[in-house]
Amino acid sequence: MNRLVLQNVTRRFGGLVAVDDMSFSVPEAGVTAVIGPNGAGKTTLFSLISGFLPPSSGRILFDGADITGLAPEKVAGRGLVRTFQLVKLFEDLTTLENVKVGRHLHTRSGLLAALARTPAARREEREVEARALELLTFVGLKLKADTPASGLSYGQQRLLEMARALAAEPRLVLLDEPAAGLNGEESAALSRIIRRIAETGTTVLLIEHDMTLVMNTADRVVVVDFGRKIAEGTPGEVRVDPAVIAAYLGSAETAPIARKDARHG
Amino acid sequence: MTSSLSITSPEAPRRSWLSWRVALPYGFVTAVVAYAAVAGGYPATVVSFALIYAVFVIGLNLFMGFANQVSFGQNAFAAIGGYTSAVLTATYGWEPLPAMAAGMLGAVAAACAIGYPTLRLKGHYLAMGTLAIGLIVYEITVEWQSVTQGYMGLSGIPPLGIGGYEITSDRGQLLMLAAVVAGATFLSARLRGSRIGRALSAVAGSEEAARALGIPVARYKLLAFLLSAALASLSGSLFVHVVGFVSPEVFGLHMVILTFTMLYVGGIGTIAGPVVGALIISLLPETFRGFKDYQDLAYGAALIVMLIYAPKGLSSLFSIRRRP
Repeated sequence: MNRLVLQNVTRRFGGLVAVDDMSFSVPEAGVTAVIGPNGAGKTTLFSLISGFLPPSSGRILFDGADITGLAPEKVAGRGLVRTFQLVKLFEDLTTLENVKVGRHLHTRSGLLAALARTPAARREEREVEARALELLTFVGLKLKADTPASGLSYGQQRLLEMARALAAEPRLVLLDEPAAGLNGEESAALSRIIRRIAETGTTVLLIEHDMTLVMNTADRVVVVDFGRKIAEGTPGEVRVDPAVIAAYLGSAETAPIARKDARHG
Repeated sequence: MTSSLSITSPEAPRRSWLSWRVALPYGFVTAVVAYAAVAGGYPATVVSFALIYAVFVIGLNLFMGFANQVSFGQNAFAAIGGYTSAVLTATYGWEPLPAMAAGMLGAVAAACAIGYPTLRLKGHYLAMGTLAIGLIVYEITVEWQSVTQGYMGLSGIPPLGIGGYEITSDRGQLLMLAAVVAGATFLSARLRGSRIGRALSAVAGSEEAARALGIPVARYKLLAFLLSAALASLSGSLFVHVVGFVSPEVFGLHMVILTFTMLYVGGIGTIAGPVVGALIISLLPETFRGFKDYQDLAYGAALIVMLIYAPKGLSSLFSIRRRP
């Protein structure tokens, strides 16, 4: 069973085709990575999947249901949660409170319950707190629980964003360059965390530039360039794929020209 | 990852003096109200007006502080509440309490009708849109003479009361208003710490991230706008029942500027900020009365000094959160 299926998904911005007739599937189990050079359309692809941009054409199926064109909050409600390339934390809230926000979809206290602080609301609040602390422990930020999110280091902010996404108990989590700005040690720890997320049954789809992370973490890799899928397979397979090698290394003369043609074509 | 280290609240040793610091703004407010209650007369009137404004600013804070939106038009809802109260009691002989409730319903309904389209606007556009709402309602209160009597205003509005008992004394009104402000502050603190308060903070922090976590951003903005309108309406009603008179100028642009100053000086986004700001801004001119001709100058200078040394508001000096 596939968690996510893209069928001929295309997104144009005026004359530019950012994502061009893309089709691939993400199986339920394991970690799938999307890699490709800068400007290949990876982040646009994530925005299409998570509902932040509607595709110009094509269909996106999540657990068999069509989610094409659904608003982001609706997509999240179905169990597909993303993180952002540039970390977007709620900076006025503490680390713990940030993760608590992630519990929104799994809690239901309304306005009156909040103002009257009913027993049900208090019970829910205790559960939220316990679950949020569990997740902070999981990513190693428990000691920072009461620190304002803006007071965390960059690497810690990335981990916090992941914990917050996991609080929503997604069936599929999209991680947009989770290792960007992390040092080698942090990146290795991140890799272990991502593997453990996958082991708990949450499908992971990530965009990444850090090849070491991808090779150590992903079960399957989809390679994109100029908005098109150019290869897919296991990390071992794509590493030796001639099209991938050409896209990444190219030759100094042809690569920029080819790119220019694609933009204007 | 150092994940399993025990964490027995590292802030525990600091807690005693922190709670002292957090309590300070409330101590200040209590002291001012207590002084006014003992003194009665003019001080009681000044503080009563401050408390009426505080109700309005608490509402403004829900929308502008908690949800990080901008509205220059909340005075419209104060006008709707105030005029509904005034017309229903003075012209139609209603009891004040049901008239206030009707005003709140009207204000919330108007906020719903206005908020639904305008809240899709962002930043400056939302600000301009809300400014227009305030101006439109102002024009209506001026022009709809058969009901509002235009610039003449409406008088003979009865004081608040239940059944036969009416609150007419300076001190009685002051204490009633203090109770309303305490209640509104308490409820806004509860809201802040709840699931809804967190969702509003999420909207304030990053709309995109909030939506990615399944929070319907538009609905929460509207909720904050409606709550803010309800408190504005309550404040407008309280004003007309305490003063016994209403005219369009009461809810004009002056009110917008004054309440914004209160919100920023007190501390936008904090719990105690609106009350502290309302009291400080109302008391400052009184404090500088001895300066005679230079009163406005001293008032302006004091504002500048506060905004330099407490740019996030006076209450933020005492909050745990704002200091890393």
